[in-house]
Amino acid sequence: MSVIFIVLPLAILIVGAAVGAFVWSARNGQMDDLETPAVRMLRDEGR
Amino acid sequence: MVTDTLRLTGATTGIGETVLCAHCGLPVPEGLVDDAAERQFCCTGCHTAFTILHEHGLDSYYGFAERREAPVRASGRSYEEFDHPAFAQLYVTRTVEGLSRTELYLEGVHCASCVWLVERMPLLQNGVVRAELDVRRSLAVVEWDAETTPLSAIARALDLLGYPPHPYRGVARADMRRREDRAMLVRIGIAGAIAINVMLLALALYSGELNGMESRFTTFFRWMSFAVTVPAFIWPGRVFFTGAWASLRTKSLHMDLPIAIALAAGFVRGAINTVTGEGPIYFDGLALLIFALLVGRFLQQRGQRMAADAAELLHAIAPSTARIVDAGSASEQVRDIPTAALLPGMVLDVRAGETFAADGVVVRGASSVNAALLTGESRPTSVSEGTTVYAGTLNVAAPLRVRVVEAGETSRIAKLLRQVEESARRRAPIVQMANRLAGIFTAVVLVVAVATFAIKTQLNAGAALDDAIALLIVTCPCALALATPLAITVAVGRAAGNGMLIKGGDALELLATPGTLVLDKTGTITEGRTALASWSGPEWVKPLVLALEEGSSHPLADGFRRAWPGLAVPVVEQSRHVVGGGLEGVIDGRVVRIGSPRFVAEGTTRIAPAMTAALDTMDRTLTPVHIAVDGEFVALAGMGDRVRDDALAALQALRARGWRTVMLSGDATDVVAAVGRALDFDAADAIGAASPEDKLAFVEHCKQRGTVVMVGDGVNDAAAIAAAHVGIGVHGGAEACLATADIYLTRPGLTALVELTEGARRTMRVIRRNIGFSIAYNLIGAGMAVIGMLTPLIAAVLMPASSITVVLGSWYGHTFARRLRGGATTTELTA
Repeated sequence: MSVIFIVLPLAILIVGAAVGAFVWSARNGQMDDLETPAVRMLRDEGR
Repeated sequence: MVTDTLRLTGATTGIGETVLCAHCGLPVPEGLVDDAAERQFCCTGCHTAFTILHEHGLDSYYGFAERREAPVRASGRSYEEFDHPAFAQLYVTRTVEGLSRTELYLEGVHCASCVWLVERMPLLQNGVVRAELDVRRSLAVVEWDAETTPLSAIARALDLLGYPPHPYRGVARADMRRREDRAMLVRIGIAGAIAINVMLLALALYSGELNGMESRFTTFFRWMSFAVTVPAFIWPGRVFFTGAWASLRTKSLHMDLPIAIALAAGFVRGAINTVTGEGPIYFDGLALLIFALLVGRFLQQRGQRMAADAAELLHAIAPSTARIVDAGSASEQVRDIPTAALLPGMVLDVRAGETFAADGVVVRGASSVNAALLTGESRPTSVSEGTTVYAGTLNVAAPLRVRVVEAGETSRIAKLLRQVEESARRRAPIVQMANRLAGIFTAVVLVVAVATFAIKTQLNAGAALDDAIALLIVTCPCALALATPLAITVAVGRAAGNGMLIKGGDALELLATPGTLVLDKTGTITEGRTALASWSGPEWVKPLVLALEEGSSHPLADGFRRAWPGLAVPVVEQSRHVVGGGLEGVIDGRVVRIGSPRFVAEGTTRIAPAMTAALDTMDRTLTPVHIAVDGEFVALAGMGDRVRDDALAALQALRARGWRTVMLSGDATDVVAAVGRALDFDAADAIGAASPEDKLAFVEHCKQRGTVVMVGDGVNDAAAIAAAHVGIGVHGGAEACLATADIYLTRPGLTALVELTEGARRTMRVIRRNIGFSIAYNLIGAGMAVIGMLTPLIAAVLMPASSITVVLGSWYGHTFARRLRGGATTTELTA
């Protein structure tokens, strides 16, 4: 059971990374408009 | 559905197949079908758009399943004013790369193909570096090189594709808002992640306690909980502490204060218990509390945002440009300038079908003006030299020269809009009432907590702090704070499924108790468009009438055209339009006059016998149109705006529930009185000839005697709608109405009003039940805590339990009919 002393902080670190990614994406404006990108990707082959 | 019917009436080839426009997919009118051409177009606008796309190799546009189904109506404007320095100062910002950047509101944007096409602007127009479209708000961000390309060229290109652009004000404000939104979202995300993880740790702790976990693991889990919770306090939770600090500094009690104290007390106690290794740590409850409170705050903020957004749009679609006539030069040069640069004394050139850009006096020409925007009067009024015209109203018939008297912020429409904004702001104190009540509750809890702590310390030092904290946590106004917003959120969601969009929760609260219901006539009680309601006269007159009205753009003419579709029409030999009177023409050698009674009477010597009786029996709610042939008055048409079928039943249902109903209209007094009699209004409660200012004054007056609900559908009602306790915009209402109204009904008719008041009443019952429960719960909990029956742990378990009860109560409470959003409703919402 002692493995929990390593695994738990590791899990928290992974959560920290996920939160970091979320903060980055939100600050990058990826959450500003949730409608258009869905429509844009339908036909995004350049031309 | 509309397109289907249109297809049936479109041009057909020999085999009976409809020819469809290659660009917009609508039927091509018979006269425009060119048998030699490979592709057919319904108008030159579509042809131009197709050619542009084809030349640039953008044919894959036509591969979209969902495409714009409207003919391209390029305005053909020069957009010169977009290059004016004053315009640049107002709307254009510079990017770091040295490009110019602006936001444009595009008309006609609605689907995937629009996004694709607008974002191909860099390919279509040299100098455009980036174009991005937000399809929900119809806003395009354009970045371009101002050195090589003027903005007007980009605007013209967009216009040609069928997206006439309008400048969008408040770019700076939008940027600020975007930053706020992002910060809020980040806070919620972090708080949520932390809450979930602390709860997982708590789960291990609680189950470990039951099964006898080794103490080294228990200590480890407690320290981990502490470590994970700390960031929740210093990042997302900070807003409550700054709020509490502000409330202390201004010496007012705010909801943030008890929350901050409970959070701080719980955190300190939890931290101490973590260090000593004894007693509960509370971190799970605290982290969840921060998350829940932030989500609630976010939802509330978004509702307020929506109102402000819609108001912005109104500014954006007001005319941005005006044509002025250069005085002094003999050749009378006419040029475009931005409306913002207009000054009193300038002379404007306003063509038929255009909107006046400023208040002014007519100096040349005679025409008729549709002032429905300001007055609500559905019939155009005639203007001639010396008449005052107002910004925002529509020049219907003929070109005019207008000398500007008031422009910009001092114009009548701008003042009206400012009143709208002020009315919207005045509402804030009512919202703060709820906060004040929670504040009083808070003060009492704080005093009791301190007293408990002080008294218990005198008697038994050990349990004193525990009891005080248990008291603070168990009485946290969490359930109380949830009670109202949650029930309202659920009700608002259900109402939306029923075609009623409710913007503010306070509206529901106010609608629950009967008061005064003020209704606009045109478009609300009536259908809002002119139609032929009665006809007395021989059949042979009809083709003559239609022939003469054919070329007229007058709304009455439109009524005739809709009434008799497909009637064969003789050729008009000559015709003349008398402004404010009617039409006169010669058909088959017979002189035909159509128009107002006075105009027709001028050239009439005889009256057909049937007409005397017809005049007597005619419905007074209608506008009479007389028709004379060769000097004999032969036919009488009644043009009117039909009263909605469900109006009487709905009004009676509302009256039965205790509402006082008042009809307030800009229309002529006699018309309003007649409609009022038909719908059982008290004679004093059917008021006609009311200007927007009158309506505002009336609403303000009624407000002294209780709740006032204003139902209307135009800019002319906007001030009154905003000033009323509850403003309701009805189906087909102007964009401005949406900007100021609390509620927008997407269903036509007045039945929705009955459902709305019923739903509001039931919602309030659910809210009262919720509040009653949470107060009872808090009182019992507080009592138990004070006498020492509660440990902080049990308090921490009870706190969410009360919230969950409130959640369930709100969800299962019967408010509005549960209905899935039908296809029709959702399309109307996005339209």
